Amino acid sequence: MQAKGTVFKYGDNVDTDVIIPARYLNSSDPAELATHCMEDIDKDFVKNVKKGDIIVATKNFGCGSSREHAPIAIKAAGVSCVIAETFARIFYRNAINIGLPIIECAEASKGIDAGDDVEIDFNTGMIYNRTKGTEFKGQAFPEFMQKIIAAEGLINYINNK
Amino acid sequence: MGMTMTQKILAAAAGLEKVEAGQLIEANLSLVLGNDITSPVAIKEMDKMKVEGVFNKDKIALVPDHFVPNKDIKSAEHCKCVREFARKNDITNYFEVGEMGIEHALLPEKGLTVAGDVIIGADSHTCTYGALGAFSTGVGSTDMAAGMATGKAWFKVPSAIKFNIVGKMDKWVSGKDVILHIIGMIGVDGALYKSMEFVGEGIKNLSMDDRFTIANMAIEAGGKNGIFPVDDLAIEYMKEHSNRPYTIYEADEDAVYDEEYTIDLSTLRPTIAFPHLPENTHTIDDIKEDIVIDQVVIGSCTNGRIDDLRIAAKVLEGQHVKKGMRCIIIPATQKIYMQAMEEGLLKIFIEAGAVVSTPTCGPCLGGYMGILAEKERCVSTTNRNFVGRMGHVTSEIYLASPAVAAASAITGKISSPYELGM
Repeated sequence: MQAKGTVFKYGDNVDTDVIIPARYLNSSDPAELATHCMEDIDKDFVKNVKKGDIIVATKNFGCGSSREHAPIAIKAAGVSCVIAETFARIFYRNAINIGLPIIECAEASKGIDAGDDVEIDFNTGMIYNRTKGTEFKGQAFPEFMQKIIAAEGLINYINNK
Repeated sequence: MGMTMTQKILAAAAGLEKVEAGQLIEANLSLVLGNDITSPVAIKEMDKMKVEGVFNKDKIALVPDHFVPNKDIKSAEHCKCVREFARKNDITNYFEVGEMGIEHALLPEKGLTVAGDVIIGADSHTCTYGALGAFSTGVGSTDMAAGMATGKAWFKVPSAIKFNIVGKMDKWVSGKDVILHIIGMIGVDGALYKSMEFVGEGIKNLSMDDRFTIANMAIEAGGKNGIFPVDDLAIEYMKEHSNRPYTIYEADEDAVYDEEYTIDLSTLRPTIAFPHLPENTHTIDDIKEDIVIDQVVIGSCTNGRIDDLRIAAKVLEGQHVKKGMRCIIIPATQKIYMQAMEEGLLKIFIEAGAVVSTPTCGPCLGGYMGILAEKERCVSTTNRNFVGRMGHVTSEIYLASPAVAAASAITGKISSPYELGM
């Protein structure tokens, strides 16, 4: 499994309220949620994001509300992976459960800037910054997590077992 | 090496003699909770699963409370989805408008959460029930779906931070000030993935409502759960509200903690979290300039309980909300609403010029019932002051206790009852 795309970069404590504001939580449709993804932190995100693009942030990404709508919106917007120094624990769980790849890697978080072209190999956990010619070793997903992501989420994974 | 209180509960629920931090376990669940925002997503996921129905119709709680009474057609559709699921699966603990309340105030009141329980809820403030000595934690909708279907969830056993509580709070200081002080000290990711274990002789000076408020905001420090020892006060509360058996777990004397802090309640002052993070705390004495506000909200799963309303009423009695200000007061459950009525608190609020609403999470997450316009400021007893949380992206939320919120409603700027000579 691989991901490849251009980077959108954010700072510490990106909360799930800015990822998908509660005023849109009267919907649970992924496509509709995606049209408001990151709206309160980066209103141009939806306009600029392309399929495969990557979000890189620093500490505690996805803090706050447990709304699964947050990783759902990010995934439906076309994002192929989120890299951060650390993730809030409920977001971490939710992302895996819905099949959005996420990687904790402090070095990559520091060494990647907005607009960089990045490639990720999920089998090895390697992150390549093609713009800067640098590489970082993130944690490879354990096999069961790779299977959950390949099955596009926990429920399909349980059903396939 | 001994176990913490949280680790002991998890070990028992997983059928293990011993667990240690970092270990992955599968635990039996005492209760699975969802609301009108998170349950529809969980129900959709559960529909995809090859299961007959829910694992136990008595061990699921469905509480439409966020956008209820329905704020618009889409919310109404979500609530309808939850209602129909509850009917189809004969869910015992489904709470319709008229009997519902804000979930984390409602469930303990209904006796559905007791010491020793393992509870997951598709709502981040599920950590509230740690006040009763339960392990409870927030999850997402998919985990809720799997929990409803199987009665189990997997957990990584958390390590812990110990907070040794000593002393006694001053008159206008409350549980909210304690937890804001702690979050200000350790930061919004200070307890990331960890349990926050509150111990010490000072706990006897915290009311149950103080403890619910403190455990409620463990998530605001990134915590997996917050938990209190089960003392006479907690036992009395459970006996009054529940006929379910409870189990008391105590941390081993040689339990290991990542960090330990001592919190002297007698040194705490009214504490306010400035925009846009709960860790941006200042005591009332540190605020040198007037911070003029437009709105006050008193309510939520954090501070909508009877003690909170009593404190607000004590401040507002015979006073009036400053002209041009809005003060919105939301009792968290129907029972609390009734109690407030019988104690004459509602009369005090209405005479003071505040509006009193039916239970709802509404304004806390910018749903409805008090949305902020561009650049407006609100002092709120809720739990998050993130960008855009209560409305316009340029609006500002100052998190505070009911005492500070009520005093601020009178002066129209951030104030404490001390300044009003109370």
